[in-house]
Amino acid sequence: MSSRLKLCVAAAFAVSAAGAQAQYSDNVIKIGVLNDQSGTYSDLAGPGSTVAARMAVEDFGAAKKGMKVEIVVADHQNKPEVGSSIARQWFDVDKVDVIVDVPTSSVALAVNQIAKEKNKVLLVSTGASVDLTGKACTPNTIHWTYDTWSLANGTGTAVVKTGGTTWFFLTADYAFGHSLEKETEAVVLKNGGKVLGRVRHPFPSSDFSSFLLQAQASKAKIIGLANAGADTISAIKQGAEFGIVKGGQQFAGLLVFLTDVHAIGLDKAQGLLLTESFYWDLNDQTRNFSRRFAKLHKGAMPTMGQVGVYSSVLHYLKAVEALKSDADGAKVVAKMKELPTDDVVFGKGLVRQDGRKIHPMYLFEVKKPSESKGEWDYYKLRSTIPADQAFRPEKEGGCPLVKG
Amino acid sequence: MSEVFGIPTQALFGQLLIGLINGSFYALLSLGLAVIFGLLNIINFAHGAQYMMGAFCAWFLLNKLGLSYWWALLLAPLIVGATGVVIERLMLSRLYKLDHLYGFLLTFGLALMIQGLFRHEFGSTGLPYSIPSALEGGQNLGFMFLPNYRAWVIVSSLIVCLGTWFMIEKTKLGSYLRAATENRELVQAFGINTPRMITLTYGFGVALAAFAGVMAAPIYSVSPLMGADLIIVVFAVVVIGGMGSIMGSIVTGFVLGLAEGLTKVFYPEASNVVIFVIMAIVLMIKPAGLFGAEK
Repeated sequence: MSSRLKLCVAAAFAVSAAGAQAQYSDNVIKIGVLNDQSGTYSDLAGPGSTVAARMAVEDFGAAKKGMKVEIVVADHQNKPEVGSSIARQWFDVDKVDVIVDVPTSSVALAVNQIAKEKNKVLLVSTGASVDLTGKACTPNTIHWTYDTWSLANGTGTAVVKTGGTTWFFLTADYAFGHSLEKETEAVVLKNGGKVLGRVRHPFPSSDFSSFLLQAQASKAKIIGLANAGADTISAIKQGAEFGIVKGGQQFAGLLVFLTDVHAIGLDKAQGLLLTESFYWDLNDQTRNFSRRFAKLHKGAMPTMGQVGVYSSVLHYLKAVEALKSDADGAKVVAKMKELPTDDVVFGKGLVRQDGRKIHPMYLFEVKKPSESKGEWDYYKLRSTIPADQAFRPEKEGGCPLVKG
Repeated sequence: MSEVFGIPTQALFGQLLIGLINGSFYALLSLGLAVIFGLLNIINFAHGAQYMMGAFCAWFLLNKLGLSYWWALLLAPLIVGATGVVIERLMLSRLYKLDHLYGFLLTFGLALMIQGLFRHEFGSTGLPYSIPSALEGGQNLGFMFLPNYRAWVIVSSLIVCLGTWFMIEKTKLGSYLRAATENRELVQAFGINTPRMITLTYGFGVALAAFAGVMAAPIYSVSPLMGADLIIVVFAVVVIGGMGSIMGSIVTGFVLGLAEGLTKVFYPEASNVVIFVIMAIVLMIKPAGLFGAEK
């Protein structure tokens, strides 16, 4: 192809893309669900998050209100470079207005910068790093469901107060694991506990026996699992095999989802303390919602990450409806911070200036097999952490958006 | 207590034993690959998927038919091996005259399809599978708590590996196999049905993978991706040992398990790359692998 011809083709593409933009931004709200569709985090987020996003669009009544909403899905494979290139493609070429979910903190932090650069919206549900509302906060991102601080605060405090004073960490070797370990260590030390050691395992890992032996040798009372998904499952299962619990040590799952407990089985998971912002069996509203969800998702109850996608998409649509525009990402997020949140999964809440969505967190204990009435009946509520104490105080995060 | 580089020797023994357990899986899997490559000249990339199928087969036998682990140990390799025979007859047998790459692409494609199907059906977190009651509990060895099941893994994989080696290197059947590896046409001219032998060899290699899968089911979650992560490491083991070398793959499997175990003590962050580093070094010094014959 001659260089002149190439130029003409390029120009034609540029013109058609520009034409598409004007048309789309006015007529279609495009939501991109970006998560792990096939790997270690695909059961706790994955296709279930897409189901949740669809439910939100339906419950919002977009069709009746004459708003055209489209959902696209992509698999970031838990790799920041893959997630970044999808995000750029979505924002630049496919005219996606908002990206939701984004598990794996390293990917969430990468997409966070891109959303700001392109002035779009990012609603993180399953990603965990508390930095998203701290030093990495932007006017375009809201962190919805939970974060490493709230998990550390919930489980860490409860465990130390009930006598778990010495800790050993098994930490996934990437941004999320480091963040969770750091936050939990701070909580442990604040409450008078001690950290005896740590080991950072590759992410993902399938064999934990070596790390478990190191934990065993440390003689720490508590083995804190600063990892998630399949890693947590393997660590707990193999821990049972190596007699960790029988030897008098206990696991503290710092990020455990309902689907993880389902995979571990109650006989091995019983007694585990964990912090979540949602459980299907909390009240009538959550039960109704979850049963609807399960019908659409092979009978599996939703995880907090998945309901977070529901809740965040619903609130986004409310803000866009109020603004009558989705063009300016920062404006939409400002509107979302202005409007109070209210939905069947988290109840009433709000979004803070630093982009932190606020609602209660719950400390659960995994039931004994004899206490469970059937499939998915796994948790009993130990305590509720009120919304105003569940998350890091706004001033401590160092987010430049917070004034005063 | 005496120490080596700041690590108590007792802890070190524990880690070495753990390395040996992981090495058992590497050895079992790389052995199957070596057998298949040796005779068929096929780089069987579906090996990881077949290992996973073995684990799922055990799960099915237990949960749908009520057959215990011990039955699974016998039946799963037969069932999965039979699927291997079908694959060889229908697809692989058409590729022997072509370049390695075609077999590699075909089995790689198969692996992706099989894993995709299982993932679609069962999700990615995996299914629970309990340790058989006869092997529950463990022994306190003084320097570590060794679960009985892990001890069983080492012993049984050693038996299977050495049995396979014996069969191929020391029996008449094995001599036919080795002869067919050298010159297929000539062996056929002596009246030996080589196509059938090749089919059965592929089935046997696949059955070994399924056997490893059943062994792995109680330790790791039975999940669609369990083979995908492992297979890359196992290929590295085969390459280090020398493609097609039976003893090479067994010894290398165990030794690399040990090397990985030690890395997990001294520098855990590197434990998932150490095998590839070793591979790179070995290939620079001895391109045919440690036990491979230079051609």
